[in-house]
Amino acid sequence: MNETTTLDVPVSQGDEDRYRLKLGPQHPATHGVLRVDLELDGETILDCDPQVGYLHRGFEKLAEHRTYAQNLVLTDRLDYIAAMANNVGYCEAVEQLLAIEVPERAKFLRVMVCEMSRLTGHLLWLATHALDIGAMTVFLYCFREREVLLELFAELCGARLTTTYTRLGGVRQDVTHEIMMKLERFVDAFPACIEEYETLIDTNRIWLKRTIGVGQISGEKAVDLCLTGASLRGSGVDYDVRKHMPYAAYDKMDFEIPLGETGDTYARYRCRMEEMGQSNYILRQCIEKMPPGPIVGDDAPDLVMPVKPGRKVEVDTSARNGLIKLIDDRDVYMEGDIYVATEVPKGELGFYFISDGMGRPYRMHIRSPSFIHIGALATMGKGVMVADLIAIIGTLDVVLGESDR
Amino acid sequence: MGKINNDLVQIEEGISFIPGASAIVAPLNKIINWGRAGSIWPATFGLACCAIEMMVAGAATNDLDRFGIIFRASPRQADCLILAGTITKKMAPVIRRVYDQMPEPRYVIAMGSCACTGGVFDTYAVVQGADEFLPVDVYIPGCPPRPEALLEGLIKLQEKIMQEQGRWSQFA
Repeated sequence: MNETTTLDVPVSQGDEDRYRLKLGPQHPATHGVLRVDLELDGETILDCDPQVGYLHRGFEKLAEHRTYAQNLVLTDRLDYIAAMANNVGYCEAVEQLLAIEVPERAKFLRVMVCEMSRLTGHLLWLATHALDIGAMTVFLYCFREREVLLELFAELCGARLTTTYTRLGGVRQDVTHEIMMKLERFVDAFPACIEEYETLIDTNRIWLKRTIGVGQISGEKAVDLCLTGASLRGSGVDYDVRKHMPYAAYDKMDFEIPLGETGDTYARYRCRMEEMGQSNYILRQCIEKMPPGPIVGDDAPDLVMPVKPGRKVEVDTSARNGLIKLIDDRDVYMEGDIYVATEVPKGELGFYFISDGMGRPYRMHIRSPSFIHIGALATMGKGVMVADLIAIIGTLDVVLGESDR
Repeated sequence: MGKINNDLVQIEEGISFIPGASAIVAPLNKIINWGRAGSIWPATFGLACCAIEMMVAGAATNDLDRFGIIFRASPRQADCLILAGTITKKMAPVIRRVYDQMPEPRYVIAMGSCACTGGVFDTYAVVQGADEFLPVDVYIPGCPPRPEALLEGLIKLQEKIMQEQGRWSQFA
């Protein structure tokens, strides 16, 4: 019986059908410069070995030579899809280290830009993920809305991608009435856009076949692999830094954490789509609840010279670059180490600092979600088809700038 | 029978049109350059942050297709390499290999500060400018440049192609 059914299929004998394939780093579906070494039997992946480092730029070493405020510009280039969220994550960590207070309005502004960048991140994820699986139109639709948000960023701080909007102790610039009006118009229109994307792919048979049951991972396994963000929540594990360890003004926001059940690519897709709706809801609350007040704290070292007793400071109030002078004067900072985590679109982004009391970090370690997700690829990619691996890379939502650092 | 008008009508400098004959008289240089400048096909090859802006330039808002610029996934079908992002020392041999796979004539655009000069990343891991190992035709500054700047760079490349002389023959 078996012999008759397998007559026209070449049966693998020993190792003769096995071969190794290097997917990337120049491959349109590897989201940048990821290389995956595959061992294949026909089209089935026997062994999957992701190789990173093609975008290693030496962030952590560079950070040791720059002051805390100067390092801020590096965080833009980490996860360049959602630079605002990285800025906020970095500032939250440094502020805890240096004990800087942030005024209420700045906290709300931070939540606002964080959620805007979550939308840009998820829109880019949806666009590229759909493009990898073969739906071209979604790309054009997603970039239409993404463009509106990027232009709002440009209006807010002058840059579309690399924003450097936050400052230690606050944010750089206050929002104008015009920006808030534009954002409100966007928030009103966006739920209809989400529905539009869903009509494009949610009932598409090809999309369903390529996502349902692909890259399935149980909640326990996902925790073991240290997945975070929507990649973890798709498996039904309720973990979100915004909810469980609130930072900025997230404790004053009302929102839900969408959870998946099945833990496959489709569940993660649904999770992110619902997260976009929640982000939109948070943005609306930001517009309504935005408190008045200053946007930079009194003891912020960037814009206002600190006047705390016990600090040896030669105050140079004339120039903004007084900070550099401050650092060169060996201002005494707190010693010790700190780990602060924030929720970026990809997952949990953590900054770990060791400070020896100088103006520069002794060591800055970045816990980047993408790096850990790429590590999970080795497990998730085993035993699947090559085409499914592309879907898995897409669904894990990796960005190589953050992974390789 | 109407009299055939043999007078040449000049459309552009050096390019003439024969009315009634549906023919254009021009040096081969100009015709070939015109064809090349109107169909720049870049390889889809994103390196870092600038690649996102490159994607935006290709999307509906800025629409590169109207200049005949269509992204090709294979370097063998491409004739322009847009280096969008930081070039690390690990990546440089790969980029060189992609460049070597492209057929002549081929052009290189360095997009963004990192590809031009290394940018803020003056570290042990980063190549300080693409021109250390590739002949760069157009430099686009910015971190990252806006999509409009990429358009400007591509138009500059078109202008450069239009001025080429005899790049279509090994004897010329």
